[in-house]
Amino acid sequence: MKTLLAALALTTALTLPGIALARQVTLTTTLNPYGGNGAYLALYVTDAQGAYKGSLWMAGGKSRYYEHLSDWYRATGGDTAEINGITGASVGAGRELSITLDLADALFDAGYVLHIDAAVEDMRNSPSEIAVPLTTAGAGQPTAGRRYIATFAYDM
Amino acid sequence: MIRLLHRWPGLIAAVLLIVLSLSGAVLSVFPAIEALGVAAITAPLNVADLAARIKSVYPDVEQIHRAPSGRITAFWFDAGTPGGAVIDPATGMGIGSADVPALQRWLTTLHRSLFLDDTGRIVMAVGAAAMLTLALTGVLLVVRRTGGWRHVLTRLKGPLTGRIHVEIARVAVLGLALSAVTALWMTAATFGIVPEPSGPPAFPTVSGQAGFDLAQMQALRDTPVSALRDLTFPYPGDLTDAFTLQTDQGEGYVDQGSGQLLAWQALSPWDQITETVYMLHTGQGAAWLGAILGLMALSVPIMAATGTLMWLGSRIRIRHNSSAGQAETILLVGSEGGSTWGFAATLHAALVAKGQRVHTAPMSAFAPDAYAHAARIIVLAATYGNGAAPASAKGFLDRLIPSRPVPMAVLGFGDRSFPAFCGYAQQIATAAQAQGWPSLLPLDTVDRQSPQDFARWGHALGAQIGVALELNHQPVIPRTQPLTLLSRRDYGETVQAPTAILRFALPHLPLWRRLTGIGVMRFAAGDLIGIIPQGSPVPRFYSLASANADGFVEVCVRKHPDGLCSGQLFDLAPGDTIRAFVRRNPDFRPSGTRRPVILIGAGTGIGPLAGFVRANRQHRPMHLWFGARHPASDMLYDTDLATWSADGRLASLTTAFSRTAARSYVQDALRRDGTRVARLVAEGAQILVCGSRDMAAGVADALSEVLAPQGLTPAKLKAEGRYGEDVY
Repeated sequence: MKTLLAALALTTALTLPGIALARQVTLTTTLNPYGGNGAYLALYVTDAQGAYKGSLWMAGGKSRYYEHLSDWYRATGGDTAEINGITGASVGAGRELSITLDLADALFDAGYVLHIDAAVEDMRNSPSEIAVPLTTAGAGQPTAGRRYIATFAYDM
Repeated sequence: MIRLLHRWPGLIAAVLLIVLSLSGAVLSVFPAIEALGVAAITAPLNVADLAARIKSVYPDVEQIHRAPSGRITAFWFDAGTPGGAVIDPATGMGIGSADVPALQRWLTTLHRSLFLDDTGRIVMAVGAAAMLTLALTGVLLVVRRTGGWRHVLTRLKGPLTGRIHVEIARVAVLGLALSAVTALWMTAATFGIVPEPSGPPAFPTVSGQAGFDLAQMQALRDTPVSALRDLTFPYPGDLTDAFTLQTDQGEGYVDQGSGQLLAWQALSPWDQITETVYMLHTGQGAAWLGAILGLMALSVPIMAATGTLMWLGSRIRIRHNSSAGQAETILLVGSEGGSTWGFAATLHAALVAKGQRVHTAPMSAFAPDAYAHAARIIVLAATYGNGAAPASAKGFLDRLIPSRPVPMAVLGFGDRSFPAFCGYAQQIATAAQAQGWPSLLPLDTVDRQSPQDFARWGHALGAQIGVALELNHQPVIPRTQPLTLLSRRDYGETVQAPTAILRFALPHLPLWRRLTGIGVMRFAAGDLIGIIPQGSPVPRFYSLASANADGFVEVCVRKHPDGLCSGQLFDLAPGDTIRAFVRRNPDFRPSGTRRPVILIGAGTGIGPLAGFVRANRQHRPMHLWFGARHPASDMLYDTDLATWSADGRLASLTTAFSRTAARSYVQDALRRDGTRVARLVAEGAQILVCGSRDMAAGVADALSEVLAPQGLTPAKLKAEGRYGEDVY
């Protein structure tokens, strides 16, 4: 369980009005036992048109591999300033990554989409393996990934 | 210093290096297996055609990947399930699983990080740095040991573990150094110490169109499959997306509506170096190199084992070591590899057993002012390479100034087959004399760690200082076997040189041991047999005149007036038994060529030479010069030599007799036959000399004269491995 106050990071990364209204959200990503090395995961938010808004978490410490998180890399140009202070270890096959952060209320029910790019050494890239709209109704509903991610859910 | 830098990283990192090398050796096989399984591309093929071919078989293809080995893999997404396969480029059909074998992945992680992630990567990088240090210092040590860069590849002498260690290292050192350097580079790249990859270019503005015929896309048509790394397809239905193309030159985007290249980022020189380093380390894309490096990696466990054994062998503990100020005897040791310390320990223990107070120290600790009660100084000095001072003798010659005259004895340790035999010991003896140190004993030498030489010198030392010294330096007590005398032939009684050719039966072994070969004595003529006489623990060595293939053990023994062992041997009657062991002497035997062999011997020295001739069933031209006292009395092997001359095993026989009217020695015969000897040497003849030390010196002088017109000397021939001596 990783807990952090991401509100400040988000004010710089996600230029949203009404940031004072925030709620605590737990993002839980469970990986398949895909039989490979630890997965790099990039969690980030786009708007309804797919335009990048900001990063929530980066699982994986070596920036030389970030280009394999191809959607995130394409959106950010691989800029590590986007993930300053919100970087952790890669996630082993079959393991779970759980992050708790304060997300602005305005992110919900406004068409924003949460994406997860995944990449594993010697295995194919999996950009936007998860792409779920952020809605209050969708909280607690698990979404299945297609290759590395078994399920993803956000709880408020 | 260099030796320490070689020893300690080697010992500390040994286990780590064994893990690294064994996992690396197994991993090196995978690129070769992969390369063997690659479907060949017969006609030139471009990426557009390949992609179209694959898409016709797998309509939902998302990614096409080409490994450096040439293996092509495709990944697709079909009805919510991802799939992948190795592709035959000729058909676009899948022909095998795209997954990396689990064993390979497991070994890769072990090899790279010991399953400890970044901590493990750093540990393994330290291992690679240790390997590099070992390779560099090892090369310097071999250069020093062989006496210079020009001699680095010469044949080695000395104990077997050391020879194995260096022989293997000479083959493997370049590969190991390459693996270590590339490993360090890869670690630096992983930790971002070398510049990061340039990555893809910024995403360009796309046409917003889709559906252009894949086979007609110009950017893909322009790229041959041999240059392809990776082609990623745009998301189905996403008009803002593009093809991502990676080649061995760089990375860019291809518009899905026009087939044109939109943006391109070439590989930086750093990227290219890192890619080359990756190929050199893993063998991916150069399977043959990987296999060679893998084979070389297999040498690491052997070198770790032999290196550790060498270190253990060099760790000698000196017991009852008195202080420098109190000792009567100061024992100074100049040793490079440590073997001389073993002799020092034996001498130290023998003197202590006689009630002496002895101080043993390295020569570098020489401090004449501190030796207040010293009655004698004994220097045991090895020579390294071409007459250089050994490591533990640093600065000794500079401090060799007497504050009071203490008698000094110098014993040199070396290898007679090197030109500068005991050169450093000679320097010390000369300098000591010049500085006015009284001589306790004249300079003496121990050849190739000979226990006999050492014991003989011990007797001389004991006589000088008034104690009976028996120096039995036998690092490993060999296992002896019983030998029963079959027959004896006696010679030389009438010329005061009683000599016998003794023939023993091979030890009788049970059938299972003969079948399995366990405990079977294996020897060739020229090897030594060690016999431990009753009344002394020190073995005496005799040159063997037969090989185990002959089915008997044969030696020539001359009875010496006070000889303990020769007396006991001489008293043997057929049926009597002695205990003996074999010691190999691989430097003294005919080489495996068809060139002539010049055999020179006197007295019992004919023994091994007769053995060589007896075994000469290939009828290689062997010419024997033999010196004895009188043809009627001590012409050893007289009947055999006649037989061998008749059947072609012996090409010529020349004799010299010292107790006939001619009064000729074997060296006189060589001078007389100078032209013939010189011609044989010019044909590439090998010279083997066996006999007493004086006789060998006389022979070397005679041959120096005979060979001078050719610009050759015995020393030069020795350096080429064409001059072997077995002297006693």
